Amino acid sequence: MPTTAPSPKLSAAFEQGGTPLSDATASDSSLRRFLFGLPGVDAVGLEARAASLGTRSIKTTAKAYAIDLAISMIDLTTLEGADTPGKVRALAAKAVHPDPTDRTTPRTAAVCVYPDMAATAAAALAGSGVKVASVATAFPAGRAALDIKLADVREAVAAGADEIDMVIDRGAFLSGRFMKVYEEILAVKAECGTARLKVIFETGELSTYDNIRRASWLGMLAGADFIKTSTGKVATNATPANTLLMLEAVRDFRAQTGVQVGVKPAGGIRTTKDAVKFLVLVKETAGEDWLDNHWFRFGASSLLNDLLMQRQKLSTGRYSGPDYVTVD
Amino acid sequence: MSEQNRLGVFKTYKLYVGGKFPRSESGRVYEVTDSKGQWLANVPQSSRKDARDAVVAARKAFGGWSGATAYNRGQVLYRVAEMLEGRKEQFVREVAAAEGLSKSKAAAVVDAAIDRWVWYAGWTDKIGQISGGANPVAGPFFNLSTPEPTGVVTVLAPQKSSLLGLVSVIAPVIATGNTAVVIASADAPLPALSLGEVLATSDVPGGVVNILSGATAELAAPLAAHQDVNAIDLTGAGPELAKELEIAAADNLKRVLRPRPAEADGSDASTDWLAAPGTHRLTAFLETKTVWHPTGALGASGSSY
Repeated sequence: MPTTAPSPKLSAAFEQGGTPLSDATASDSSLRRFLFGLPGVDAVGLEARAASLGTRSIKTTAKAYAIDLAISMIDLTTLEGADTPGKVRALAAKAVHPDPTDRTTPRTAAVCVYPDMAATAAAALAGSGVKVASVATAFPAGRAALDIKLADVREAVAAGADEIDMVIDRGAFLSGRFMKVYEEILAVKAECGTARLKVIFETGELSTYDNIRRASWLGMLAGADFIKTSTGKVATNATPANTLLMLEAVRDFRAQTGVQVGVKPAGGIRTTKDAVKFLVLVKETAGEDWLDNHWFRFGASSLLNDLLMQRQKLSTGRYSGPDYVTVD
Repeated sequence: MSEQNRLGVFKTYKLYVGGKFPRSESGRVYEVTDSKGQWLANVPQSSRKDARDAVVAARKAFGGWSGATAYNRGQVLYRVAEMLEGRKEQFVREVAAAEGLSKSKAAAVVDAAIDRWVWYAGWTDKIGQISGGANPVAGPFFNLSTPEPTGVVTVLAPQKSSLLGLVSVIAPVIATGNTAVVIASADAPLPALSLGEVLATSDVPGGVVNILSGATAELAAPLAAHQDVNAIDLTGAGPELAKELEIAAADNLKRVLRPRPAEADGSDASTDWLAAPGTHRLTAFLETKTVWHPTGALGASGSSY
């Protein structure tokens, strides 16, 4: 089972050919050599580990703590073609006071919107402490020319986004053009300024765990502040196994470089039970340093309602229902 | 192999929730005996989490079931009666054991239960006409009242009448488009759990009826307080329990059907389930929606509405 120290095999990967980590990105071939030098993922072991951590029973005060922590980690998301300024403002109001009947409920971490809604969200959230996250770079497909992607990012930042969620070019990644992906992330990072950059891999399209590990390292080498599983727009989104794999990557990256990178699973996390399972993964894999909304987020929309209903159950003793939370 | 040498095949009775047959989440079971104290089966002793899951299933099924046409619901309920007819022998056996009846008396009870089901199946597309209608108003309006289902209904089934009483409380609830979470008789749950198998093999969508076995008070308390349950039928509760549950139910203004005086001694034994049921159980879980609609300009057209 993974421990907090990187495995000897992984350390060997950094030192292959006597090159330190900084040289891994010196050229296309060294980057490729580095990424293919990463140890292969034991798929069965990974899934078994994720499943076994998911069986832990979290009750009473620990559950109350986990629910509040999970609420504070949510990037409350609306990424629909039908988004209106009114809907974004309603979502922002919900992010600030998730449960209007109980003002002790923590705020969510951020509101996540399309770039054209970033200004609306920023105005609605001004002074609340809730961040504005904006997807960019031709989200969700990422199929656009680089200058268009960069303009997308520039606009989002100018509109007041505190965080940028970019998608990688999966076509380039899957066809082995790692340097192109790397340089694109670098260019986007340069446009971000003070905004934190979340890099979305769309793990459901990377097909193998080995690819997810490679993408994680590639993203972190390029300077990602967060690595994020998926857009929520494809069939397979965040799973305990792929999130565990990314948590191992950020843990090992910090051990190697001293740089801490956040993780954001997104899509498909709908129940309190799921969210608590992810928190257990974080605690047991990356450690308590990541149990904070600066380093771990949930990309979700319907999850918040389930967390609120569970929170109401804990405080009143009665089961709550969907009539007692907002629709969106 | 001869009959004597055959190993007995024991049936594992399970809950019926969301169209599936789960064991209790708690893993508990309790022993069910016949009227003479002979062991019959181990059945799941449901917990409040099973009750919670049943409410989720019932809520999910509500949209489809309440949106189905009354005619369609009638056909589906009639199909249940057909399935019951086909498994009559099993029910006669279970009812005879549970209630200590002779085989012929049990057969009469099962026949009455099937007939009761058919009777309620016929009501699905007629109840709207007797409990709704056009109201005369002093103005140029059509004023129409129409009954609509209340929502998710918790039903505490009668404790003594294990099949006829059960059918008499479930059928009216679902006939009008509600979905039900049923707490079976604690001492005689076998006919109820077998009814789950009948419902699963008829055309009733999963989640419309959810059947739990276990201690009535333990299950009813969280359901009465549940914010996502719209109504509760207290038929199977004794006077003390019924009072407690009614207080809990007041929190979200649930519709409550109190036990009738004959049932209120805690043993609904004196209730005559064979008597004609009337429509009070159908109308107990309906909400009346009234619509005003202008008739249009009367003077211009010369119409005389």
